[in-house]
Amino acid sequence: MQIFAFYLFASIVIASAAFCIFARNPVHSVLWLILAFFNAAGLMLLVGAEFIAALLVIVYVGAVAVLFLFVVMMLDIDFAELRAGFMKNLPLGLVLALILAAEFVIFGALSWSSEGMGEATAVVGPPAGGPSNIEALGTLLYTKYVFLFEAAGMILLVAMVGAIVLTNRKRGGVRIQNIRDQVNRRPEDATHNTQPEVGKGVEL
Amino acid sequence: MTEYLQSTFLGPEVGWLVATLALILLIALPLMLAVAMIIYVDRKIIAAVALRRGPNVVGPFGLLQSFADGLKVFLQETIIPSSANKGLFLLAPIITFTVALLAWAVVPFSEDMVLANINIGLLYILAISSLGVYGVVISGWASNSKYPFFSAMRAAAQMISYEVSIGFILISVVLFAGTFNLNEIIRAQEGHIFGVVNAYGLNPLLFPMAVMFLISSMAETARAPFDLTEAESELVAGYQTEYSSMSFALFWLGEYANILLMCALNVILFWGGWLPPIDWEPLYAVPGIIWLFLKMFVIFFIFGLAWATVPRYRYDQLMRLGWKIFLPISIFWVVLVSGYVMVDKFGWPL
Repeated sequence: MQIFAFYLFASIVIASAAFCIFARNPVHSVLWLILAFFNAAGLMLLVGAEFIAALLVIVYVGAVAVLFLFVVMMLDIDFAELRAGFMKNLPLGLVLALILAAEFVIFGALSWSSEGMGEATAVVGPPAGGPSNIEALGTLLYTKYVFLFEAAGMILLVAMVGAIVLTNRKRGGVRIQNIRDQVNRRPEDATHNTQPEVGKGVEL
Repeated sequence: MTEYLQSTFLGPEVGWLVATLALILLIALPLMLAVAMIIYVDRKIIAAVALRRGPNVVGPFGLLQSFADGLKVFLQETIIPSSANKGLFLLAPIITFTVALLAWAVVPFSEDMVLANINIGLLYILAISSLGVYGVVISGWASNSKYPFFSAMRAAAQMISYEVSIGFILISVVLFAGTFNLNEIIRAQEGHIFGVVNAYGLNPLLFPMAVMFLISSMAETARAPFDLTEAESELVAGYQTEYSSMSFALFWLGEYANILLMCALNVILFWGGWLPPIDWEPLYAVPGIIWLFLKMFVIFFIFGLAWATVPRYRYDQLMRLGWKIFLPISIFWVVLVSGYVMVDKFGWPL
């Protein structure tokens, strides 16, 4: 059952990654990418990392990919240019792919030959009866790696503030909504009753 | 049921598969019935507020109105705009509908009536509900039409904004309960207020969170007064503009299934889920599922009243409420609640 699920998820990940690259339409590409993320989360579930799986879906599928889709939908895309870029970058991409594949093969061969690896690959996932994923991760992150964890948080915060500072520019001559004024406005400030005499206008 | 089927001629694996499929149907089919009835209830509430009668022709008290509408929609022709992206156009309502059903897998209807009692139940719901936006965004883009596209843009921004503060609100509940499992969150609420009331919502620390979650869940399901995605006076019908027949009906079913889910979540997180409202022995004789449905109905009534009485938010007001009010308050509350929990557990540090 697990083997079946693994091959199902893995083949969908590979297929949708391929479609993501070869799709003509960038929006389709993003959607294939989302399918790949989703099935990668399925793979995480299979090895018992349910917390990572949930985070993958929440962060990547639920937020990052939505923004990505948002941007791609708004773009006016020249397909011919994209095709040309693909051919231009193909050699570099192939070289990178080869290096990566070689690393996988070498690492796999090394770990296979080393002792006890057979057992390690046979037992996937957290030990039964141990602390749950969230407890184990939380304990590690907030005790052993607390400084690294906080440092990562600080870096993200700085990046966020930096992005806001870079894009936030004040423009003159723009009328913006002032919510406080709008909320504080009362009928008496905006209207008044008059009883004009016949033939005389109303002063506004 | 799973054990019984596994012990018959089906064997452990096929038996498990058959039992799970049966349980899924056991949730999904009554859910569709509930959606049909809740649409009727919704229309009745709004009609009552507007001093109208609402649906009262089909069946006794108009109870069969939703089924008549469903049949009508089913017999209509499916029209696909010629310039639409055909595959995605048809895929979008299916995504909305499927995602709306998926989340119900972890909802506990009573102590042991839950399909998947997983220990990351709340995270699962958060993950699944973050997928809901895709149906809207894809339909808006695939329709290849101006109004749906505007609606898709609004939906993407709106749902992401409110998900952030919903996440923080959920965290403060999780801090109190000490678990992500929905069933255990409910159990932790037993006699929470002076050993009498089974509800987190009445805890003074969590009451503001309960109110904010109610409002956020209206925004998350794009329900009035936050229904900017289908604001009929500006965007025709938003992302549904180009849809007809069954694909339109799927949007409706998905939307209301989502609203029901949000009602259930409100009840589970803040109002004691399947526990009776008061920790008093005779009340436990009533099955938990009835308490859950009664509470969900009350929350849905509030949803209905809000639709009928509150004017639609302007887009900038919606964004302001999400990012400038709800987000800071909920972050502050996470700090406050975690401080309280620490003191409660370990005493004053001095």
